Amino acid sequence: MSPLDRKLLRDLWRLRGQVIAIAFIVASGVGVLIMSLSSHEALEETGAAYYERYRFAQVFAEVKRAPLSLEAAMAKLPGVQVVETRISQFAVVDIAGFVEPVIARLVSVPERGQPLLNRLALRSGRWVAPGRVDEIIVSEPFAEAHGLKPGDTLQAVLKGNKRTLTIVGTALSPEFVYTIGPGALMPDDLRFGVFWMGRDALEAAYDLEDAFNDVVLSLLRGSEPALVIDQLDRLLETYGGVGAYARKDQISNWFLSNELEQLRSMSRILPTVFLAVAGFLTNMVLARLIAIERTEIGLLKAFGYSNAAIGWHYSKMVIVMAGLGILLGWAIGYLLGQINTEIYGEQFRFPFLLYRPGPSSFATGAVVSLVAALIGAASAVRSSTRLAPAEAMRPPAPPSFSKGALADSRAGRFLDQPSRMIARQLLRWPLRTFLTASGIAMAVAVLISSLQWFDSIDEMADVHFFQAQRQDVTVGLVDPEAGSVMHAFAALPGVQSVEAQRIVTVNLRSGNRLHRGSLNGLPPDARLEPIYDATGRELPVPPGGLVLAETLAEKLDVVPGESVWVEVLEGRRPHVEVPVVALFDTYLGMPAYMELSALNRLLLEPDRVEFLDLLVDETQQAELFAELKDLPEVAAVMLRRAAADTFYETLARTLLIFVSFFAAFACMLAFGVAYNMARVALSERGRELATLRVLGFSRWEISYILLGEVALTVLIGVPLGCLAGFALTWLITSSFETELYRVPFVIDADTYGLAIVIVLISTVVSCLLVRDRLDHLDLIAVLKTRE
Amino acid sequence: MPEDMRVLSDAPSKRPSLSAVGLTKVYRTGEVVVHALRGIDMTLYESELVVLLGPSGSGKSTLLNILGGLDRPTEGQVFFDGTALTGLGDAALTRFRRDHVGFVFQFYNLIPSLTAQENVALVTEIAPAPMAAEDALWLVGLGDRLDHFPAQLSGGEQQRVAIARAIAKRPRILLCDEPTGALDSKSGVLVLEAIQQVNEELGTTTALITHNAIISEMADRVFSFADGEISDVRVNDVKRRVSEIHW
Repeated sequence: MSPLDRKLLRDLWRLRGQVIAIAFIVASGVGVLIMSLSSHEALEETGAAYYERYRFAQVFAEVKRAPLSLEAAMAKLPGVQVVETRISQFAVVDIAGFVEPVIARLVSVPERGQPLLNRLALRSGRWVAPGRVDEIIVSEPFAEAHGLKPGDTLQAVLKGNKRTLTIVGTALSPEFVYTIGPGALMPDDLRFGVFWMGRDALEAAYDLEDAFNDVVLSLLRGSEPALVIDQLDRLLETYGGVGAYARKDQISNWFLSNELEQLRSMSRILPTVFLAVAGFLTNMVLARLIAIERTEIGLLKAFGYSNAAIGWHYSKMVIVMAGLGILLGWAIGYLLGQINTEIYGEQFRFPFLLYRPGPSSFATGAVVSLVAALIGAASAVRSSTRLAPAEAMRPPAPPSFSKGALADSRAGRFLDQPSRMIARQLLRWPLRTFLTASGIAMAVAVLISSLQWFDSIDEMADVHFFQAQRQDVTVGLVDPEAGSVMHAFAALPGVQSVEAQRIVTVNLRSGNRLHRGSLNGLPPDARLEPIYDATGRELPVPPGGLVLAETLAEKLDVVPGESVWVEVLEGRRPHVEVPVVALFDTYLGMPAYMELSALNRLLLEPDRVEFLDLLVDETQQAELFAELKDLPEVAAVMLRRAAADTFYETLARTLLIFVSFFAAFACMLAFGVAYNMARVALSERGRELATLRVLGFSRWEISYILLGEVALTVLIGVPLGCLAGFALTWLITSSFETELYRVPFVIDADTYGLAIVIVLISTVVSCLLVRDRLDHLDLIAVLKTRE
Repeated sequence: MPEDMRVLSDAPSKRPSLSAVGLTKVYRTGEVVVHALRGIDMTLYESELVVLLGPSGSGKSTLLNILGGLDRPTEGQVFFDGTALTGLGDAALTRFRRDHVGFVFQFYNLIPSLTAQENVALVTEIAPAPMAAEDALWLVGLGDRLDHFPAQLSGGEQQRVAIARAIAKRPRILLCDEPTGALDSKSGVLVLEAIQQVNEELGTTTALITHNAIISEMADRVFSFADGEISDVRVNDVKRRVSEIHW
């Protein structure tokens, strides 16, 4: 080993504290990148593999009732590969010991074995046996939530008949990766489950012998779903088709792709910011670190080392520091990516998880960090090698200071000398002070932009579940019924108020822009679930015309005064041009509203309602639930409070854990910056401080000078960081928008506070570590040595 | 030579200021043992100026550091006003340096971000009964340089600021370690004159390290060092003014 390399190793050991701090900074940038990219990659790959292996269908359609003979006609449609007809129904389920009503989606499977499409991954138990009409396979998350296992029984109302069903197995399906109940936003495995039942059994229960009400298709490679959908719709129209849709609109897949998209934008923006910040900080810290090595550089030059050799020597030092960080970042990123993927795997149920992060994220993180570190080091090495060796070996001439504005100001005159030292030091190199303060500012900013997710989600949930909705229970009816049904529900125990809604599936079209979604009909005096603008305003329900979410209007490119084509996908399937009369701001989904009776007229139907919002006296809830479970016209029961809970729970399990990782990385970054700042300040001021100790200053008095400088820098950095955090958050939230939700731009005062406190704690801990070194300053060396 | 100076240098019966008894200092670096001091006995009397003379490595700086409360002896005692310094803790030693000792270093060790006056004020702010910073600077002949920063002063001027900083607190003891070591002879004379003047006007007990034998002519007593021991103590019958010394 060459002496220079040995020097390198010893230098690294001597600087170990700073090496670790720099490694932390680099690791936080690299780690965030790898964690985000790898979990996104893993979920995408897992999803694709799952769909492939379990033959997830590509086109879906529901009908009222169609004869089995139609199967052949569908199979003949150009582009169709496989046709699988099914029976699919909703049923209210009663589980012993669970008060609230539970909704099940019943889906038929062939008794003889796996269906051709949407195959099940049987997780426990066995397949339903032919001829056994009471056997079901239940979705695994539902079974887990209720502690059900093969052999257990439960009761369900199938077309008005209460039946006891026996669980024979549990399963997962590519169709229900995200098992979501009607009208819900988040999976609620306690209140919604999927039951697979033998085809014969379901045919019998719903009088659908030789018929089907649900069909799924797979397509030949290269065929366009839109063309198949058109022909399929024409074929199914007379049988009460509700409009076929492609895989991208299938609810579970839609949520999954939304989540993937959200993960993708998170893994683009936040890590980019992190990596950029880490690069900047690495650059800054190393530049200062190497500036201190000036004497040694002069010495090496005096020995005859070339500039290139010296440059390479320090490059190696930087490569080791950054390299440690990169390795650490790889390891942490890989581990957290895996944890994150597994957490997502709990929300999105896959029978297997593929976590095989590719090399690209590892390489990107490493290259960006190394380049940033080397550039920082290069500028410092260059300025040192430019000096003549003799000059470099001499300590820099005492820097010239000026009294500046400080001496003349009133405040300046009352400063004691140590405070004056601090102020002059900072004012003498304003750029350096600014850069160091920016380091702190960036740490504050990334903390704010990570922590603000909690605020955004709170705001989202608060607006959606608590301000915009006031009902306790929403009841979905099996079929739309006359408005008078409201009276029957008003008479149920505990019901204080009833409000009707009708929700129909529609295509909204404007020019060549299309949105498939639902159109909600509201009574003109809607109170329980009004049209609620996220700014806190309620919009009146207009007598005619559409009220659209701003996000939807943007998607369709329409403004109030223009009109859109409403193509109803159920009933008589009317196509009507309707004017847009107002827009409102919302965080969740892309809703469209219309007055209820106007909607019924549009549907060419008499006064019909399909959903009922109920305001319920809490003390009588149990009795109400008991009655609802037995009402044959009830297809679904949704509880607002439960929906809000699952929203939080789900996000707490996924997004918030993800965000916590970001926050942890931000803390690491903050610590790295603060520690380096304090250490560099110590190296630069060590001699002065030791002199003061000799002159009779106590440890605390010299600590004041060093830490005062650090504190003042932090004081400048913190407000800058709040501003930068504000800007960064704005950037992130505005570029973060899926069809499912839009992240509100909200930063609570607490978040600023927490970010500041974390940075302050990091600084204090760093200062304490550095102060320990102050206590061991070599006072005698100061008397003898020049520098 | 004024009469009183003669009396002082000839009068070991004066009150002792700082005394060392049986000081040894052993440095161990790995397996190498260095005996920096081997049983030093020495008393510095009030108001006297002593020169510690010797080649490098003879132990004089080690002794000065121990006398100034910067280092601890391996064995032996240092007494100041009847108190054993060797028994004091770090805080008490800091207190001792702060209240009673002035240091002058070979490389001045001024704070570059403070002006001459502020460098002095740095010390007067924490001392119990200091003189005004301006007065201290006048005393060393820098009354017209109050607002200059170290970068704007010559080496000799910087060293005189350091002396002003050391004596502004009115220390009982002034310890100077090669104060002229980094200076040309002309600046060196100015610095030594300042030290002599302080010693005479304030009566500060002064110990000055040098390896320049000529400088020893300004002292009351001269201690010669060799191999960690005092090889010779000489009393100057005739103490010369610095202005009369040339090298």
